[in-house]
Amino acid sequence: MPLTINGTDHDFTGDPRTTLLDFLRDGCGLTGTKKGCDHGQCGACTVLVNGQRINSCLTLAVMHEGDAVTTIEGFGTPEELHPLQEAFVRHDGFQCGYCTPGQICSAKAMLDEAANGWASFVSDDITAPVSLTRDEIRERMSGNLCRCGAYSNIVDAIAEVVEAGR
Amino acid sequence: MKGFDYSRAEAVTHAAEQAREGARLIAGGTNLLDLMKLEIERPDALVDINRLELGGIERTEGGLRIGALVSNSACAADERIRRDYPILARAILAGATFQLRNKATTGGNLCQRTRCYYFYNRDQPCNKREPGTGCGAIGGVNRIHAILGASEACIATYPGDMAVALAALDASVEVSGRDGSARMIPVRAFHRLPGDHPERDNVLEAGEVITAVVLPEPVGGTQIYRKVRDRSSYAFALVSVACVIAMEEGRIGRASLAFGGLAHKPWHDPGVEELLVGNEPSDALFDKAADVLLAEAKGQGANDFKIPMTRRVLKGVLREATGRAV
Ligand SMILES: Cc1cc2nc3c(=O)[nH]c(=O)nc-3n(C[C@H](O)[C@H](O)[C@H](O)COP(=O)(O)OP(=O)(O)OC[C@H]3O[C@@H](n4cnc5c(N)ncnc54)[C@H](O)[C@@H]3O)c2cc1C
Ligand code: SF4
Ligand code: FES
Ligand code: FES
Repeated sequence: MPLTINGTDHDFTGDPRTTLLDFLRDGCGLTGTKKGCDHGQCGACTVLVNGQRINSCLTLAVMHEGDAVTTIEGFGTPEELHPLQEAFVRHDGFQCGYCTPGQICSAKAMLDEAANGWASFVSDDITAPVSLTRDEIRERMSGNLCRCGAYSNIVDAIAEVVEAGR
Repeated sequence: MKGFDYSRAEAVTHAAEQAREGARLIAGGTNLLDLMKLEIERPDALVDINRLELGGIERTEGGLRIGALVSNSACAADERIRRDYPILARAILAGATFQLRNKATTGGNLCQRTRCYYFYNRDQPCNKREPGTGCGAIGGVNRIHAILGASEACIATYPGDMAVALAALDASVEVSGRDGSARMIPVRAFHRLPGDHPERDNVLEAGEVITAVVLPEPVGGTQIYRKVRDRSSYAFALVSVACVIAMEEGRIGRASLAFGGLAHKPWHDPGVEELLVGNEPSDALFDKAADVLLAEAKGQGANDFKIPMTRRVLKGVLREATGRAV
């Protein structure tokens, strides 16, 4: 069953019980995507599927025929970091780093969602264009927990990328 | 996770045929896979319905038809829904996270199962999970449990937000049967009270597939969805209220309300609406509405707080919706 991961063709043939997360880590050796809770509660496993962020622990690999998956390995290289990666480094947006791949995938999708005008729970007017205030960033990133509590620096890092994009 | 046969449905009738005893349909998978990992759900066959053409939102006579596979994100982002049914967008945005809502579907959201701790713990008795084993929550830890419509067998609540807004909007669930026949079930009658059969969350029959949710004409008015929870984000409702009120010459012209977190289904009590309509808004009136709503309310101990909390949330929402000071 074909799918692409970070632009490369892959073939999934395993047990249908395999989650997308386990396939990425164990089947493809892409261990950047992390397993925290395995129940959709922590966001460590966040990846992009066809550009949308999802929890890869709560979906089966076999359900993704033909899909384009992007993991943290598809973002930047050590020589050429993605602007979000750069901002996380600059602002110390992590301590242990376990939640970081999920945070960055999530933040990337969040920027796109906001550009598409998707409102959030804290938006005053759900029909108005989105302005990514710190409150908006916090709400939109609430699906990514950080056990080290690097939250304020994570918001700083994302806010900087938002600013740069204006 | 127990093993299962995986298949992909190519047509609704195909899905209905495959949805035999012991099989489960899978849409977003965000509830079903969670439960399968814990072996609370142990289907021997999984029918993937994601390739069915149920992913669009179409105009109907007056209203909108939201395909069963429309993601919660897409539904809340739809311009028509944001403009004409803001309460629905608000309720969806109050639930889960962006990641989960990107996968969660309209049909799957309606069918999500309770968050009762005992239901989730296979070492505990639970009539919903294993009929006849008893209910651990009665006399146990029951802070999140029902205050209305519970039974001796089960005091669980339906945990979702979206369906509460749909109940206030009086939407309908479009369902296709095994023989290809279609039926419409009002959202208000879709979920059931536990009675003697808490293992049944809703009125779907074996082999029935949800194909869409149909919204009636836009109702206008002031629309509010208020959710009270332990954290201000990413938590299930303790109590929620979906409220649509239209004022006419200083009086309440129309009122439509539904409640989450109170019962095994989104709670709708026509008595509350009848009491409000035609009257001038006042705190005394709102208190009477709460009296009607909560006349039969019964706490289980740890959830007793939900009774006064529901009264306060209802009054706060009614004040705001009728333009009285909040
Ligand atoms: C951490 C976490 C937090 C959450 N917080 C909230 C919250 O605050 N508020 C809230 O409302 N929800 C919340 N949810 C629940 C979430 O909304 C549901 O998991 C989701 O809506 C289910 O949709 P799905 O498409 O993924 O369903 P699935 O998991 O695919 O299916 C769920 C059930 O529906 C059945 N089903 C699916 N589609 C159909 C169909 N077309 N016809 C018939 N049966 C069907 C399946 O057989 C299964 O039994 C949360 C979930 C998680 C994991
Ligand atoms: S309240 Fe219902 S779901 Fe919870 S333990 Fe009792 S029977 Fe099970
Ligand atoms: S590992 Fe997927 S959300 Fe925690
Ligand atoms: S940096 Fe350690 S969990 Fe976030």
